[in-house]
Order: sequence, then C-alpha cells, then structure tokens
Amino acid sequence: MTSTRDSLAEATSVRKSLVRAKGQLLSWKLAVGVVGVLLLLVLSLFTGVYDIFGGDGGAEMFQITRVPRTIALVLAGAAMAMCGLVMQLLTQNRFVEPTTTGTTEWAGLGLMLTVIVYPDASILARMIGAIIAAFIGTLVFFMFLRRVSLKSSLIVPIIGIMLGAVVGAISTFIAVQTDMLQSLGIWFAGSFTSILRGQYEILWVVVIVVIAVFITADRFTVAGLGKEVATNIGLNYNQVILIGTILVAIATGVVTVVVGSLPFLGLIVPNIVSMIRGDDLRSNLPWVCLLGIAIVTICDLIGRVIIMPFELPVSVILGVVGAAVFVGLLLRQRKRG
Amino acid sequence: MITLRDVRKSYSNDVEIGPVDLQIPAGGVTALVGPNGAGKSTVLTMIGRLLGIDDGAIEVAGYDVSSTKSKDLAKIVSILRQENHFITRLTIRQLVGFGRFPYSKGRLTAADEEIISQAIDFLELSDLEDRFIDELSGGQRQRAYVAMVLAQDTDYVLLDEPLNNLDMKHSVQMMAHLRRAATQMGRTIVIVLHDINFAGHYADHICAVKTGSVVEFGTPAEIMTAEVLTRVFDTPVEVIDGPRGRLAVYY
Repeated sequence: MTSTRDSLAEATSVRKSLVRAKGQLLSWKLAVGVVGVLLLLVLSLFTGVYDIFGGDGGAEMFQITRVPRTIALVLAGAAMAMCGLVMQLLTQNRFVEPTTTGTTEWAGLGLMLTVIVYPDASILARMIGAIIAAFIGTLVFFMFLRRVSLKSSLIVPIIGIMLGAVVGAISTFIAVQTDMLQSLGIWFAGSFTSILRGQYEILWVVVIVVIAVFITADRFTVAGLGKEVATNIGLNYNQVILIGTILVAIATGVVTVVVGSLPFLGLIVPNIVSMIRGDDLRSNLPWVCLLGIAIVTICDLIGRVIIMPFELPVSVILGVVGAAVFVGLLLRQRKRG
Repeated sequence: MITLRDVRKSYSNDVEIGPVDLQIPAGGVTALVGPNGAGKSTVLTMIGRLLGIDDGAIEVAGYDVSSTKSKDLAKIVSILRQENHFITRLTIRQLVGFGRFPYSKGRLTAADEEIISQAIDFLELSDLEDRFIDELSGGQRQRAYVAMVLAQDTDYVLLDEPLNNLDMKHSVQMMAHLRRAATQMGRTIVIVLHDINFAGHYADHICAVKTGSVVEFGTPAEIMTAEVLTRVFDTPVEVIDGPRGRLAVYY
C-alpha cells in the first residue's frame, strides 16, 4: 500500500516537473509577431514617391533603394533594440542604452576622426574607427559607473547624456575647425533615406552580433543580477562586461556609420518587452528584435509619408515617440517606487 | 570543513579584520554573531570569495578559495548576500534556475529542472513559482533567494543575515527551513545572525566576532552565558532559562 502511494507520488512529481519545465521559445504569439512585422516590411517595400510599378525601370529602382532600405530597417532596428537590452543588464539600469550613455556620440567622433585622418577612408575603415571609439566610450562610462557606484536609476542616464553631450560638443568643435559641420549633421541624424545598394551591406555584421548575444544570453542575464550573484555561481563578471561592451560597440558603430543615431530605440523596446514578458533574456531576444524592427519601420514609414514627397529623418520621429515613452516609463517607475 | 588561517583584510587605517583563525566544522548550522561593524559579514564574504583577502589562507572543503577557479568553487560553496536589488524581472523559477548555472551553463537539463522543483518545493514556493520576484513580499523573496542557493547544490551554504527585514513568523519559518536543509540535505550552513536568541536556538555552533577577530567559538550551551555574551556585545546581558532553552535578555 505504502509503495503504491510512493510510486504514485513519484509519478505525479515527475509529471509535475515536466509540466513545470520552462516555457518554449517558439509559440503562436511569436508567429503572429513575425507575420505582423513582415506585413510592415512589405508596406515599407512599396512606400515611396517613385512609382515602381508604372515608372521606367521600376523594378531596378525597387532593387536599388527599396530592398536595401527595408533590409537596413530590419538590421538596424534589431541591433539597436538588442544593444539597449544588453546595456541595461550590464549596468543594472533600465534607462541605459547607446544614446543615453554617449556610445553613439563616441561612434560619431570615431567616424569623423577617421574621415579627417584618411579622407578617402572606405566604409569598412570608417566603421572600424567608429567601433573602436564606441568601445572606448562605453568602457569609460562603465568604469565611471563602477567608480562612483551609482545605482540610482535616474542619475545614471543623466550622466550618460551629459557625457554624450560633451563628446558631441568636441565632435562639433572639430567639425567646425575642419569645415565638416554639414557632414556631421547628416551622419548624426539617423536616416534611411540614403540607404542604397552597394553602401549598406556592411550592416549585415550586426547579424553576427545578434547571434553572439543569443549564445551568451544567459551570461548577460546573470550579470544583470549583479557582480556578487554572478561570482557566486562561478561567472567571470568582468569578462561578461567586456564581451557585452564589445558586442554593443560593434553594433552601435556599424549602425552609426550606415544609418546614424537612432535615439531611444534601445530604451523603449526592452522596457516594453520586460513589462510584458519579464527578463529571461534568451526567450525575450526574438521579441526585442521584432519590436525593434517594428518600431523603427513604423517611424520610418511615418517619416516617409508625413510630408510627401519629402522625407523626415527617422531619428526625428523616433525622438518624439521615444521621448514620450521615456517620460511615461519614468512616471510609471515613480508610481511603483 | 571551513578553515581560516591568519586571515587579514584592511579597508583603511581604522577598519581592520584579523588575524582570524577559525575552523567551522562540516555539517550543521554555524551562526556568526557579534556587534555591528565587528566584521561578521566581511568574514563571510571572504569565505565566499566575493572579497579578496590581504593575507592568510581560507579553505573550504580543502579548496583554497583564492586559488581555486571560481566556476569550480561555485559547485562547493554558495553565498547569498544581504542586499539583493535586482532590476531584472525574473520569475521565481527562472531565478532558482540560475542556481544550476555552475552545472548547466544556462542549458537546463531534465535533472536540473527536477532539482529546481525540489528547491522550490523545499521552501514552499510551489504555488508562486511563476510569479515575478518584484511582485513578492519580503519573506517570499528571501525564500526565493535561498531556494536559488540551495538549487546550487553545494555542500557549503553561506547566508548573510537572511532574517533581515523578516517579521517574527517569517524569521522562524526561514530558520526552520535552514535547519531542515542542514539535517535532511546534509548541508553545512554558515549564517550571520543579528538576534542572539535565534542563534542560541537553531545553531549547532556559534562563532562570536568582535572588532575584526573571532573571540569565542563553541556550542550554544558554551556561548549562551551571561559572562560570554556581556563580553562579546559590550552590554549587560542576562541569560535565563526559557521554556525552549536559554534566552538572552539585554534590555
């Protein structure tokens, strides 16, 4: 009798633990999300002033501008949203992302210095310059954070934005001296207008970054629990910070060179996903990428049609939308204490 | 066994720990007690290799904590600090799952899931396991953290004031859980406690720390005396026989 009961208990506990094993990565919700984003992308392919169906060489025009532009939206949107998520985990702060830590400004400075030193620099060389500067800048920010051990959630982005403003001011100064102010303005205003075949392909690098983040996702989640918890379970905390910084620098550097600054994207996307789904990074990553793509595509579409036949840079629309969501997040956090 | 030999640590000119010589036997619950700023938590964090030592040696189960690889130590000793402010929104089950990180590196196997379930059940969190930790009460959250270090399945478990911010009921529950973990699971639990009466009742050994040094080590019967406690805490303490053993009265 006892043995029957024991084995029964055993059986239920096994079944229970199977049911309790964590939720699967793929689900119908994700499928719906993918379809939604695909529809947006189709819309992006067929939105524009040039009549690709009736006009002369419509098919060619489609290939030269629309397809590259849409691919760039996907890559840049996913990359910047993911960068924000990784940086938020590494700093344990919800308000951190490449444009609130100065990373983007550093990338811009690196890009400009590269062009000044080598005026004929290829896009690859510019990218490397931007990546190195973004890496140095992000490390400076992280080291500063550790020094002052500021955990207050609001001070951290304020310091980051200040740091970015200082670096941006240095860039502007150099640009004025070297007569490059106009180019600087164009680089910084994130825009997909000038994305053409033959100039954007380097953006594919971010796919490697996304895969690398996917592989190391658990480490970043652990790092997000703090240095002590991470050390307790045997993780080399400093190594994770370094890997994360490198990945963020690569993605930010590439996107800054090809597209420009995409403000707030890395901030709002991870926060929205976290509110709904919690923070298990690996199962969240597809959602973060999808939402990043969706938001940047919607903002780009708005920018394209709002003053047709002219265009607004996507960074303007993102800035407006992002700032509103940012304020919303602040108020929400206040309320929750 | 945990062995500290001539361990020293200095923060600045006025804060100094050591030399500490201490042997904590394997098995049972050992409580670290002492006045504020005595260095209890510092000693615990050094054993758990979260804080480096300046001089001396610390061994846990024969492994030197300064020279053994951190990822190997993670299978021998686990430590839970007092302050845990996570911005990360994880469910209890996800959090406890990270206790398996030293073994699974994040890819949880069926065996890992079983151990996670056991740890959650052990701390009576089964009904809450899919709740986010930021939605829990203080007592529940503390239990979730303890479940995480138990899921780490280490012989040695170090806990820094796990009763902090817990009310009477939850403090007693927590101590009962830890007592069971020591007895049923055979863990060696080292715990920093503020309340000497909790130490006297639940611990097998009490280690008294004062101004950076170990001043007493013994069984509750040896430590729970008016003379020893008065000396350790620098305040008059009387010890009376209560219904469940000796009680320190210090007010």
